[in-house]
Amino acid sequence: MRLKIKHTTSYSYDAPVPYALQQLRLRPKSRSTQTVHSWQVEIRGGRRQVSFEDEHANSVDLISFDPGVREINVTCQGEVEVRDTAGVVGRHTGFVPLWLFQRTTPLTEAGPRLRALVAAFEKPEDSLAALHALSEHVLTHVRYDTEQKATDIGSEAVVEAGYGVCQDHAHVFIAAARALGYPARYVSGYLMLDDRTEQDASHAWAEAHVDGLGWVGFDISNGMSPDTRYVRVATGLDYLGTAPVSGMRFGKGREHMRVRLHVEQ
Amino acid sequence: MPEKPVFFDEMRGPSGDETRDPYIDYCAWISTEDVNHLRRKSAQAEALFRLTGITFNVYGMEDQTERLIPFDIVPRIITAKEWAVLEKGIEQRVRAINSFLHDIYHRQEILRAGRMPVEMIAQNKAFLPQMIGVAPPGNIYTHIVGTDLVRTGENDFYVLEDNARTPSGVSYMLENRETMLHMFPELFSRNRVRAVSHYPRSLRRSLSASLPPVCDGAPTLAVLTPGIHNSAYFEHAFLADQMGVELVEGHDLRVVNGRVAMRTTQGYQPIDVLYRRVDDDFLDPLNFNPDSMLGVPGILDVYRAGGITIANAPGTGIADDKAIYSYMPEIVEFYTGEKAILKNVPTWRCSEADALAYVLDHLDELVVKEVHGSGGYGMLVGPATSKKELAAFRRKLEAKPANYIAQPTLSLSTVPVLTRAGLAPRHVDLRPFALASPQGVEIIPGGLTRVALKKGSLVVNSSQGGGTKDTWVLED
Repeated sequence: MRLKIKHTTSYSYDAPVPYALQQLRLRPKSRSTQTVHSWQVEIRGGRRQVSFEDEHANSVDLISFDPGVREINVTCQGEVEVRDTAGVVGRHTGFVPLWLFQRTTPLTEAGPRLRALVAAFEKPEDSLAALHALSEHVLTHVRYDTEQKATDIGSEAVVEAGYGVCQDHAHVFIAAARALGYPARYVSGYLMLDDRTEQDASHAWAEAHVDGLGWVGFDISNGMSPDTRYVRVATGLDYLGTAPVSGMRFGKGREHMRVRLHVEQ
Repeated sequence: MPEKPVFFDEMRGPSGDETRDPYIDYCAWISTEDVNHLRRKSAQAEALFRLTGITFNVYGMEDQTERLIPFDIVPRIITAKEWAVLEKGIEQRVRAINSFLHDIYHRQEILRAGRMPVEMIAQNKAFLPQMIGVAPPGNIYTHIVGTDLVRTGENDFYVLEDNARTPSGVSYMLENRETMLHMFPELFSRNRVRAVSHYPRSLRRSLSASLPPVCDGAPTLAVLTPGIHNSAYFEHAFLADQMGVELVEGHDLRVVNGRVAMRTTQGYQPIDVLYRRVDDDFLDPLNFNPDSMLGVPGILDVYRAGGITIANAPGTGIADDKAIYSYMPEIVEFYTGEKAILKNVPTWRCSEADALAYVLDHLDELVVKEVHGSGGYGMLVGPATSKKELAAFRRKLEAKPANYIAQPTLSLSTVPVLTRAGLAPRHVDLRPFALASPQGVEIIPGGLTRVALKKGSLVVNSSQGGGTKDTWVLED
């Protein structure tokens, strides 16, 4: 399936910003599951400083704000062809050792609540079946709720709250998969929902590594493996390593963020 | 008369009543000097240090935040032959450490080959995933190394620590020599002592040779300091001054036109090679500790894009972990194909059950160190510790065994110092300084000799009341 994407992130400030930097992980790459036909990142109110590939082979742009701006817009636009691979992304590549994906991070902590969730899980023998069952298990214990806003985004806090959004599901699944011995990672990307072209936000899911098969994707919130409606943009150990925009800024003004995302066939 | 040494004395030999070769001339000279005159000279030397402003902040001492590291006027003398072995051994280790760091941040062959357990890296706090796949110019990670050596006999030198991350103390090496030349010029016409004063030039040359891909002309260098409150601020300012480059703090730097640039009167000027004395965690609030006020946001991004060289490279600290240290003989062999020239101190890794049991049984004989520690903090010297303190330490060790390693208490060699009663032996160590660049490794002859000024003490750290001496390497 060929998807057309337009994604605009705008930040506005109630006082001029003297100096600020943002790291953008907003460039999808051609991979086993997708081919990027065109992709452009346009910045208004700032400029690109450097680009590099991070340890997970994500394309990263570092941008700076033009001095004294009150608003900055980052617009990504392009077309990506997605293949159905039944969720299988394939063999692990790059220098990051698989054991790194078994490390917990502050957002994927395996505290008492997560351990209880894992203890209540009846793990099927087969790895692939186990991970699908785990995805279901997480959704049962953490209901999908886009209306309520969780106060904290770590796996422990989410299990305690009992509800969350796609990002929270991914964190809980990753923490649980790691606790069960599977390397697991966070994926940020785009999902075209069938009933609309204007999407609320970019999407997040998880991938776990299965011996012999490689990385396999699990969209916990939607209870399925990614298909031709899913565009992978960045991967990492958790949300912080894959965030579409992360930055720091000098100056006191308050920040308002607005995202507009349009995905269509 | 000097006291009879219990340990190998570098001036008086193992028996304590001879004079070892390198000291013959010095002893002949000092025997004609009046002790009171020497003590006056010693006081003058101290006044000189105060004048230069060379001071050291000691953490944990609130009443005096700045003090002088005591300087002893008796030089520590090393023969050309002894030095030749040390030089070769250090060079080999520095090469091995750089290969090791490159391997750990790329294919991890040493782990795949089973020569080192994965946990050594996986649980190493200094391992920076952000450095995976990053290859610094010439694959040099540690540019400036301060290998700590101790001696226990005529031919017995051991490496105690590699200090590949941020070795300090080189300014003392330079100032000590400067002071000796000023106070006792006659000694340097009687003895052929190899010079050390070229260190700042060598440092400059070595850093310049590590220029980043983006630089095509003469590289611009700068020294990044955490600021005036840092214990080694004097050294940062001193080295910048001696190299003729800018001393900068994080807030002086910004990302401009894809480079890290410093504010000057002519606008922003890009820096090619940054000798940073700010720890990894504080280096870049955008990529590491977001609360750091000392660093440069985005510097790691510019680094990863090839726009600057950071010396020493981020993530170099894994080589300073004391558990990794215990693998140094394997590391040297694995990457150089040679046996290690310099010996490692036998080390018990308390993470291993057998080792832990042994250490707990022999706590009163051993030195126990934290794997991530430095500066002599949090260290136990068994023989010098009370029963009560031993019991307290035992509980810490049992609670977190993987956090510790243990070593035998070494019989560190002694060199005499000038006391009220004349010369008296005190324990010493030696920190030579090595400079690595894509063009090779250079080691400055000598280094910093640290001396435990308290009689019988084995702790030479300046933070724990140690002093320093001028270190002579004699010409062949």
